[in-house]
Amino acid sequence: MTAGRIRSVVQLATCSSALQACSGWQSALDPHSQTAAHLAGLFWFFTAICAIVWVLVVAALIMVLRRRRESESVLPGDDFPHQQRRKAIIVGSLTAITAIILTVLTYMSFYATREITWPRKHVLTVKVTGQQWWWQLDYQNQDPSQSFGTANELHIPVGQPVTVDLEAADVIHSFWVPNLIGKQDMIPGRKNVLTLRADKPGLYRGQCAEFCGLQHAHMSMFVFAEPPAAFEAWRRHQLEPAATPGAPQRITGMNIFVHGACATCHAVGGTDADGQTGPNLTHFAQRATIAAGTLRNTPANLSRWLADPQAVKPGTNMPQVPMSPADRQALVAYLEGLK
Amino acid sequence: MSFAYAKAAASIMASLLLVACEREQRDFQTPSSGSPSGDHYQRDAYDVAQGKRLFNWMNCSGCHSHGGGGMGPALMDNRWIYGGKIQQIYQSIHDGRRNGMPAWKHRMTDQQIWQVAAYVRSMGRYLRKDVAPGRDDAMQSGKAESRRERASAIVPSTPP
Repeated sequence: MTAGRIRSVVQLATCSSALQACSGWQSALDPHSQTAAHLAGLFWFFTAICAIVWVLVVAALIMVLRRRRESESVLPGDDFPHQQRRKAIIVGSLTAITAIILTVLTYMSFYATREITWPRKHVLTVKVTGQQWWWQLDYQNQDPSQSFGTANELHIPVGQPVTVDLEAADVIHSFWVPNLIGKQDMIPGRKNVLTLRADKPGLYRGQCAEFCGLQHAHMSMFVFAEPPAAFEAWRRHQLEPAATPGAPQRITGMNIFVHGACATCHAVGGTDADGQTGPNLTHFAQRATIAAGTLRNTPANLSRWLADPQAVKPGTNMPQVPMSPADRQALVAYLEGLK
Repeated sequence: MSFAYAKAAASIMASLLLVACEREQRDFQTPSSGSPSGDHYQRDAYDVAQGKRLFNWMNCSGCHSHGGGGMGPALMDNRWIYGGKIQQIYQSIHDGRRNGMPAWKHRMTDQQIWQVAAYVRSMGRYLRKDVAPGRDDAMQSGKAESRRERASAIVPSTPP
């Protein structure tokens, strides 16, 4: 085996592993919903057409380059009339084919986009507000007692269309869960609407897809597509107020939370803490991550986050609230008990 | 000739860049509390912008109405009941004042209070034009802070 051959084998292996990375976790080429399947289909169709056209063009080019000129004396425009006619027919038909291909692709793109944004009968409306740098989720219902707020983890029932109202509080963000739907911009002062329907249960990762500032990369979201019964159980639990603390340390933590700076921005259902500008923490302990996917939700990480948010996520609007280590421990104990 | 123009333009650009230095400095750590003078907050566009965000978040407009005044006094004119220096405004927010102004010392961090105080100074354009906030992304009730006329000299006013 020559060195060149080995190199090409290595290159091939890297290429195929890169393609493998396209299947699964946060990939538009691994669709788990009808709309994502529309987009993936569109992608493959475009790729196939463009590949065919490219191969044909290159083949024609090589053919022309390899062909020997019959005579040096023949200049362009010196052709015989029948040759001129042949050339005109070739150029004309190629132009027509190009126009037809472009028209077909344009219409396909138009219909796929229309399919995505077409309003459908929905069972649930969730308002998703992009914030620097997290996702505010409001499950809306005409009956206020059935509405609730949460953050960063979107739960939806499998097989049922969910209307997602997209808004932004500060700058432009973009909603993108590649396996399910997207992207759609979230613009301050405007409302964009998407209909989301997962066909298979699972956990899908989403990411802000419009540069929105320093921590744009740390603005991720998880979508839990659950069987309807499991979703309904989750929804009912979300409507309940936070668990009342029993242990003395946790009661201390609750007092720090409710009477301190935390309650200025954060809400915990069932307490006096009713701040609306930060993420709702009523069932915080159920979430898998802290700060929109930045840290895993463990007591050690939460303590680290509270001790110095700017060290974990520089630029975040979460301030460092001065606190003794004992107080911080009590606060962590309280928050990690909010199941 | 054109080379001389390019050279002049380049040096002007370079000097502009230098002027803009430190206008928007951000250090991503919370300064130790009790910094004696918060003067640097009113020289930093980033801090003033954060102050503006907090002014909205804390619903200061509920009483002060975007600075025009309502239940609470106006903040964009030149009358300051408790003084118009940033340290005095900090004091008003931190400890509260009689007849309704609540104390924020347990609700906001020191740094945040300084930022709000710096923003309040920008409402009557007591700050440099390039530091005061520009136009909002959303609808705004009046001119952007940086485009307002500077309020005239501070007039001391008696407490009610």
